[in-house]
Amino acid sequence: MKRIFVKEEWCLGCHLCEYNCAFANSGLTDMVKALKDKKIYPRVRVETDEDGITYAVSCRHCTNPLCVKSCIAGALSIQDGVIQIDHNKCVGCLTCVLVCPHGAVVEDEKGIAQKCELCMKNSCGAPACVAGCPNGAIVYEERE
Amino acid sequence: MNFYPEFEVVRNDSRCVRCRVCERQCANEVHWYDEDGKILLSDESKCVNCQRCVSLCPTRALKIVKSDCRLRENANYSDQTIKEIYRQAETGGVLLSSMGNPNPLPVYWDKILINASQVTNPPIDPLREPMETKVFLGKKPEKISRNEDGTLNTELPPQLSLTMPVMFSAMSYGSISYNAHASLARAAEKLGIYYNTGEGGLHEDFYRFGKNTIVQVASGRFGVHKDYLEAGAAIEIKMGQGAKPGIGGHLPGTKAVGDVSKTRMIPEGSDAISPAPHHDIYSIEDLRQLVFSLKEATEYRLPVIVKVAAVHNIAAIASGIARSGADIIAIDGFRGGTGAAPTRIRDNVGIPIELALAAVDKRLRDEGIRNNVSIVCGGSIRSASDVVKAIALGADACYVATAACLAMGCHLCRSCHTGKCNWGIATQRPDLVKRLNPEIGYKRLVNLMDAWRHEIKELMGGMGINSIEALRGNRLMLRGVGLTEKELEILGIGHAGE
Amino acid sequence: MIPLEGQVRIPSGCAVSAMISKDGKRLNGESIIESMVPMHDRSNGLGGGFAAYGIYPEYRDFYAFHIFFNDTQCQKECMNLLKEYFEIVQDEHIKVRKMPQITDEPIIRRVFVSPMQSVLRHLQIDEKELVVRIVNRINAGLNGSYVFSCGKNMGAFKAVGFPEDVGRYYRLEEYEAYSWTAHGRYPTNTPGWWGGAHPFCMLDYSIVHNGEISSYDANRRFIEMYGYKCTLQTDTEVITYIADYLLRRQGLTLEETASVIAAPFWTTIDSKSEQEKNTYTYLRNMFPSLLVTGPFSIILGFNGGLMALNDRLKLRSMVVGEQDDMVYIASEEAAIRVMAPDIQKIWSPAGGEPVIVKVKEGAF
Repeated sequence: MKRIFVKEEWCLGCHLCEYNCAFANSGLTDMVKALKDKKIYPRVRVETDEDGITYAVSCRHCTNPLCVKSCIAGALSIQDGVIQIDHNKCVGCLTCVLVCPHGAVVEDEKGIAQKCELCMKNSCGAPACVAGCPNGAIVYEERE
Repeated sequence: MNFYPEFEVVRNDSRCVRCRVCERQCANEVHWYDEDGKILLSDESKCVNCQRCVSLCPTRALKIVKSDCRLRENANYSDQTIKEIYRQAETGGVLLSSMGNPNPLPVYWDKILINASQVTNPPIDPLREPMETKVFLGKKPEKISRNEDGTLNTELPPQLSLTMPVMFSAMSYGSISYNAHASLARAAEKLGIYYNTGEGGLHEDFYRFGKNTIVQVASGRFGVHKDYLEAGAAIEIKMGQGAKPGIGGHLPGTKAVGDVSKTRMIPEGSDAISPAPHHDIYSIEDLRQLVFSLKEATEYRLPVIVKVAAVHNIAAIASGIARSGADIIAIDGFRGGTGAAPTRIRDNVGIPIELALAAVDKRLRDEGIRNNVSIVCGGSIRSASDVVKAIALGADACYVATAACLAMGCHLCRSCHTGKCNWGIATQRPDLVKRLNPEIGYKRLVNLMDAWRHEIKELMGGMGINSIEALRGNRLMLRGVGLTEKELEILGIGHAGE
Repeated sequence: MIPLEGQVRIPSGCAVSAMISKDGKRLNGESIIESMVPMHDRSNGLGGGFAAYGIYPEYRDFYAFHIFFNDTQCQKECMNLLKEYFEIVQDEHIKVRKMPQITDEPIIRRVFVSPMQSVLRHLQIDEKELVVRIVNRINAGLNGSYVFSCGKNMGAFKAVGFPEDVGRYYRLEEYEAYSWTAHGRYPTNTPGWWGGAHPFCMLDYSIVHNGEISSYDANRRFIEMYGYKCTLQTDTEVITYIADYLLRRQGLTLEETASVIAAPFWTTIDSKSEQEKNTYTYLRNMFPSLLVTGPFSIILGFNGGLMALNDRLKLRSMVVGEQDDMVYIASEEAAIRVMAPDIQKIWSPAGGEPVIVKVKEGAF
């Protein structure tokens, strides 16, 4: 299965992935309308460590995911290897946010959980963060 | 003295989503975010118009425009001329510039048109017929020789074999980044052509690309040692450079850091200033000695290239070089690029490559020594059609560097000498160097050359030529437009309609 | 004003034909003249010509110069020059048959010459080189004189007109040769000039050619480095010089020469054995500027044989026929069928594949 991988060596810390993610999942066709004067809730976030190294973090789509196990509402499930969230079922307990070892599940603007679903549910069809990364620091590929 | 900045940053606030990518990506610190006003502001005086912010702005909220605030119009004293005088009055220094001469001097390539076949002979379709672009560079003996059994003795002096008549010309590690070199080396290997180390030595990581590397020996001899000479496929003696004929190179100490200083074999932080002449070459016979010392050092395995800037008596100089034992002459025209050159020299010294090339090819043929050497020409070869025209004028191959830089992301802001290249090419600042991912850079270089190869083949096919050898020196395939008798005579071509 | 030949480059389409006896049997020109008739439309009346080998057995040791002179003044000037370097063995009119189809004829002379040994010693060159130099000097430098044939025991005959008329005009049925080549010309850029008709000759090499090569100026500018002057600006001229340079000056074999002029493609070379690969690569590397591209079918005649060669894409037609000791080559099969009506074996050689025919050792 193709997954998102991060090459921190090439991450410039420009944060464009966050904006592309927020836009891709906004359901809107214009980035300005989608993001102008709004706080963004991206499903990928650029982390910076103490050495100044930057890298983007998003869901790894673990094969044995703690988030799915911990979900009390049955909102998280694995479909074809992709961990998906059913927003109608989510009760906003945020247990998943707490258990995710990567910090890849986050709270959205409505207070319920959201996570990267590889842009499968939006109009992009392939991860927008990957397509928009100017330096090839986020890749979407099959690996052993 | 303060001026209104040369460029204006035009920010369309109705489109700006405050992602701050402009702020994060500008090494010149033009943009900053004001937390209080929740607004992005800019200091345009620092802007070099490299377009990094424009290119990365996701909502196209930015553009950089030339400011229209000008000094009082004067056809003699242009705005730029006056400001340069102010700058010099202030600093007492020599003006520095980067990349090729930007002034509106004649570009002869644009006044030369290419032929195509109609009726009397057929154009050849490169999609359906073989179309060959392979080139050998090197000296050809006067006469064949045979073995005792009568078969041909197929040994030749060392040759370079290129899949297409284009190579990446010299850009030193130091003037450009590690990642730029990595991109060039990988692309050269993938394409079956050569890249050139320039006068900066060869980083140990790139020895593995040796068979696609031309190692340069310039007047400063930076980074030159036996292993270095032996690592490459050819050795280039750099006598001059089109952008700055008559002077040596200058790498500012700020760029001579870390591996750059190690590779150059100079102390960290020290300016690397190569002398104007090679101090062991004050005459043509001295050149011959260096050519042969380098050949001795490498057991005559490698061809030696002598690179010279196109200057007034280039034909006579080339004739001397052709008799010096060199295998290849590289001629660099006055529009060639540079990482740093005194502005006055870059903009006023040297001659156009088209005229230099035509004159050299003719002179060597007149003297019957064209086979002694191959000719490589550079100095602003911008496209496949420039390549085709150069080959038809008489070049064996072309050197490209600016086009290669553009492929890697360069936006020709001409600020290389500041060392703050926002595109990760002409810089040694680690945070900027990483902006050029060689994985992307090399693919773009390969794409560019693939595209050029296709175009070269189409142009050749149109002329009914199916191998690049038959194009070389085939000046009948060229016609001039809007050129004087004298220019046509030097170029050795007819006028359109003739 | 229409420019004269030599002032502009002249492309042309054409018909070629050749016949050769491998046994060295000498045949008169009847058959070769007739072979040009069915290919009439491939010429436009602006040039026709023939080359014949073995026609001067009694003068075999002398160079047979065929020369056009505009007038007697030119003739005198040219003969004076020749006398500085050669013994004149014989100087005669070439007999022609007056006919309405052929007009505006120049003075046409045949001069058998022998190089002076003292000159050769003085210039430190061999006699062939002397002939080449002097012929080049006359053709490039003497206005109104043009040497159109200068080999031993061979000769070219050419004129402005259709080839079949030119053959009759020169009474070729009265000459006997073991090898004949013929040419009908369709130039597109000349008023027609006697010297510009083909075959084009240098020493005993004669070339008849059909095509318009695209490599012309690359070839010309290279070959001119070696003392040749391309005064006519025709393909045939430059190909002749290339043949002379490679065969005589470089000492390549016919096959090797063919691999330079119509070099195999790199993809073909890659599929060859190691030794062939080395040879072909060497030849392409050594003589890149002598690769001829664009359409051509040429027949190179020389003492004792001929070689036919197509461009490597075979952009011009050329067929070969064989019957007993005779080999026939022509642009069209129809021409071969005129020369040998019952012929069985006819084939079309592949592009770049030379057809080399040699007369048996000692038979010519």
